[in-house]
Amino acid sequence: MNSKVKAAAVVKDNLQNFFFVLPAFVIFCIFYIYPFLNMIFLSFQEWRGIGPMHFIGLQNYKELMGDHLWWDSMAHSGYITLIALTFQNALAFALALACDREIRLKRFYRVVFFIPPVLSEVVVGLIWNWILNPQLQNGQHIGLLNHLLFISGFPQMVHNWLGDPQTALTTIAIVHSWKGFGWGFIMLLAGLQTIDKQLYEAARVDGANAWRTFTNVTIPMMLPVILVVMILTILGSMQVFVLILSMVNEGLVNHTDVPVTRIWSSMSSTNRFGYACAEAVIFGGILVGISFITKRLSDRVKQA
Amino acid sequence: MPKVLTLSCLMLIVLAGCSQPSKPSNKILLWHWMTDRNDTFQKFAQQYQKETGIEVTVQLFAPSDSYSQKVIAAAQANVLPDIYGILDKKSIVADFIKAGLVTDLTDDMHANTGAWANSLFDKALADKRFETGNIYGVKPGIYGVPIDVTNEQMLYNKKLLAKAGISTPPKTYEEFIKDAQALKRVGITPFVSGWGELWLLDCFAFNYAFNMMGEEKVFATFRGQVKYTDADWIKVLSVFADLRDKGVMMDGIVTKGNKYAEQDFALERAAFAFNGSWCVNVYHDMNPNLEYGVMPPPAISTAYPLKIWGSAGATFVVNASSPNKDKAIAFLKWLTEKGQQVVLSQETNNLPSNKEALLVISPILGEFAKGMDQSTHPSIWPVNEDPLVSEAFDRGIQAIIIGEKTPQQVVEDVQSVKDRQMAKGH
Repeated sequence: MNSKVKAAAVVKDNLQNFFFVLPAFVIFCIFYIYPFLNMIFLSFQEWRGIGPMHFIGLQNYKELMGDHLWWDSMAHSGYITLIALTFQNALAFALALACDREIRLKRFYRVVFFIPPVLSEVVVGLIWNWILNPQLQNGQHIGLLNHLLFISGFPQMVHNWLGDPQTALTTIAIVHSWKGFGWGFIMLLAGLQTIDKQLYEAARVDGANAWRTFTNVTIPMMLPVILVVMILTILGSMQVFVLILSMVNEGLVNHTDVPVTRIWSSMSSTNRFGYACAEAVIFGGILVGISFITKRLSDRVKQA
Repeated sequence: MPKVLTLSCLMLIVLAGCSQPSKPSNKILLWHWMTDRNDTFQKFAQQYQKETGIEVTVQLFAPSDSYSQKVIAAAQANVLPDIYGILDKKSIVADFIKAGLVTDLTDDMHANTGAWANSLFDKALADKRFETGNIYGVKPGIYGVPIDVTNEQMLYNKKLLAKAGISTPPKTYEEFIKDAQALKRVGITPFVSGWGELWLLDCFAFNYAFNMMGEEKVFATFRGQVKYTDADWIKVLSVFADLRDKGVMMDGIVTKGNKYAEQDFALERAAFAFNGSWCVNVYHDMNPNLEYGVMPPPAISTAYPLKIWGSAGATFVVNASSPNKDKAIAFLKWLTEKGQQVVLSQETNNLPSNKEALLVISPILGEFAKGMDQSTHPSIWPVNEDPLVSEAFDRGIQAIIIGEKTPQQVVEDVQSVKDRQMAKGH
């Protein structure tokens, strides 16, 4: 009898716990699990968003494998990510190192460097559209960049930055890096501030110069943070979308296409929801793969 | 246990809130995407409630891309409002109708010897009209109510033209190029448009396709009976190469959004623009002192008439499963009456869909209205191009404008996409 009472109490407790978790579980299922499974289901269909669906098996995936525009967009995304990983993170690290020292107006700089990330991507796109405007009015360059290049004695460098296939993607990547470096800056600065100052003093006592201190103390201590920043940079850069839309609208031919713009285009321009879902599944798989690899790498570094 | 019960009740209330009301009431829900017309719609809703006792709730969801996605999601979940708009191709409208989401308004339009239908521009009605034997397999009828009309034409800045010594706007393409050279000589950029938005570029290209080869040949191409490698298509695309070579277009035109292009024209950075009739409102907001006129795109050939794109601007449909269907139809009928149409046109500077309201519109809108006679639109064409082919066509024109490809290369690319889609049975 006693054991029965205990069992009933356990069941009651579990039931109560279950009911407390239930709302979160239901919301998670409705907004995450169901759309995810539905997306996979839709990727096997030919569907225009409304009306009947036609099961076509792996046809969307087969077509996607041979879709050079899709793989070009993937390469563009990789290029943006590469610039973000190098230029953006190097800039973030350099500024974090500078702000970690005892310099004047340190707090002011921290705020200033964190302004671009908190701006909306649409606003950033609008601002840079004005800066990069290639137009002349009454013989004067409307765009700030071309105006500065002209008055600084570099008229040969005045350029249609977003209208030239040679420069459009790089320009977008740089603007993306400008917008994103603040996140890395804050995280790296926080990481730098957790390094025990005694390690620097010990290195100085041992006669290490600034470079040796940086490579033998700062970098090893910062590696876990650097890896997190790298993972976030990769995931953020691969999914850049709004910035592209606000800077070049539907794109410069196909030179500024990235996977998300292709998915969007498949859904809204050509009404191929099934194909868009197949693109999303493949892209999601690639992102998961990248995250998995970087996580494994991060674990190995932590163990070392 | 009471906590569990409370929680369960709360969840039921939340889930119940997700379902659509199914009982008739004196309330109508309208979803739209037009930020510039929202205030006027709200005023109309209040006025209508005073007059009839019917409460109209007007909800704005902008921009139009987001609105479109919202409508599709609501259609999938069967939670559409009483009145909404479908901002998509006619084939998608057909899918909505076939899914039982749109009311057939034919009987209401034709009641009283067709008084309602006759009061509206026929080309605007055609936007959501399906003829007998239509290719979409939809039961013939009228499925939408246009609340305004729109067409896309050329605008010219009177002051800038005068500065270049041009007294009258060009009528032919040769005159246009000559005027562009004159403008360039005095340092004025001749032409701007928002061709970063592909539909606007497509629209300009098809003006010339109709002008140079006629409607039938264009439609025959869509059907796969004429190839894009045909000499006429190369000539159409060569217009863009010519505009590029002669420096007519503003730098960066291929990535320019229409809002930026409108700003450029309103701020007198370009003498000519290609834009839709909604621009009257936009230019008025940006530069009330702008002196400009409207003209059709300058014809390049006399072989066929130059057609411009023109149709219903905004069209509302009535949810077929709405319990307040009749009230929704009555409200739309009221909205398209002369009185409301005049107010809508005066407050928002859009072309009214009610023909009688045209008598009291502004002179510049009057110039746009003249173009309705020569207008055409994909929604009334007997056949439409496959979207993937259209995308290749528009991207190809962009490639020509930036000097990356020749018209010959582009038509070959487009034809290869066309062949692929035809092989798939599209």
